[in-house]
Amino acid sequence: MIDAPNVGLISLFLASILTSNVLLANFLGTCSFISISKDFKSSMGLGIAVTLVIGITAAVCWVVLHYVIEPLGIEYLSFIIFIIVIAGVVQMLEMIIDRFSPALYMALGIFLPLITVNCAVLGVILFMQIRKYNFPQAVVFGFGSGAGWWLAIMLLASIRKKLDANNAVPAGLKGTGITLITIGFMAMAFVGFSGMIAVQ
Amino acid sequence: MSDTEKMRAPLKVSPAAKVMRDGLWYNNPIFVQVLGICSTLAVTNNLRNTLIMVLGVSFATSMGSLTLSALRELIPRKVRMIVQVLVLSFYVIIIDIVLRAYQPAISKQLGPYVGLIITNCILMGRAEAFAASNSPGLAFLDGLANGFGYGWVLLVIAAIREFFGFGSLFGFKVVGEGFVPWTIMVMAPSAFFLVAIALWIANNYKAKVEAASKRAAPGAPAGSSPGPGSSAAGAAPSAPGAPAHQKG
Repeated sequence: MIDAPNVGLISLFLASILTSNVLLANFLGTCSFISISKDFKSSMGLGIAVTLVIGITAAVCWVVLHYVIEPLGIEYLSFIIFIIVIAGVVQMLEMIIDRFSPALYMALGIFLPLITVNCAVLGVILFMQIRKYNFPQAVVFGFGSGAGWWLAIMLLASIRKKLDANNAVPAGLKGTGITLITIGFMAMAFVGFSGMIAVQ
Repeated sequence: MSDTEKMRAPLKVSPAAKVMRDGLWYNNPIFVQVLGICSTLAVTNNLRNTLIMVLGVSFATSMGSLTLSALRELIPRKVRMIVQVLVLSFYVIIIDIVLRAYQPAISKQLGPYVGLIITNCILMGRAEAFAASNSPGLAFLDGLANGFGYGWVLLVIAAIREFFGFGSLFGFKVVGEGFVPWTIMVMAPSAFFLVAIALWIANNYKAKVEAASKRAAPGAPAGSSPGPGSSAAGAAPSAPGAPAHQKG
């Protein structure tokens, strides 16, 4: 019924982390990335939260896409439906985590609600729709992209920690400027992976 | 000096003109607010696609601000965020449908990035920061100004990337046969570098203007002593760190 692209699950997972990292290759989720990566601990919390949310919403949106949107022929409403699904999943995740693990809830804190407007979540879902993944591929792609985002923010947070320690940065570049240049170098490093696995 | 005049001018202009000025320069979404670099950077290796995205973002921001400002008394506080997202996605859907109908090739190239205008932080940012407390007309202008303020920076970046990456502008070849394209300009890292450089130039310019206005503000007699007519040039050496990177 679905002509899914012929991609192995493991290579899809690795590709979504390394070669087509949502952040470094597709620029998704840069805003919260820059503001949160100042702090190592917050980066950890946000990374976990984003990974969970992208993985779960990718699965839910796949089901919604194939069993609600397509049978009804309302593709033109898909943006709105996806946004509502994301907001709903975030809200539910917040309640579930609060109920079963208050410690984790405290750690994630304000990051969960913020994720609703994180471009990475909607971006991954739209990529999933355009590339016509089947269900296992969608889930793997979702978690892989989340993990890639998590990896990228941890790397950047570590680099920024070292950067803040020495003061050699020109005044005009301090803050966002030098962070963007750092991200650029990270993106160049990740481009180096691109010969390894090619998944569109 | 014109720099100092520019700093003082906003005090005596109409609200509409002030809004336009803020969006385009003084409170530019990229230079000052550092918002919305997420989704649209991805298409900046091509001028034509960037122009379409910029127009889309400006349309969604201005119309979204207009609608949300008109509705601001009616929206309950608790559901404000979700209402904002829904109104904004309504306009993005319009853009998507229009593009699909009239420019199917571009729509395909842009792929998910049209839909991602919804989560562009500028839209939510302006809805929250401006439209929630201003009249619809002003909110519309503010959205437009922010869209264009964001747009001109992106267009400059796109022009640089397309010129060096493909040797063309708007798809027309502008350099000779011997030109070797810079592959890096087509790929993601260059966009980050170029935004950083743009930010650097803007910050340096701002620091210079500030230093100049500080010199001019305490009293005109003190400012005139180093030499007539060169207050900006005279101020630069006194500003700490400025001479090291005067390229901007």
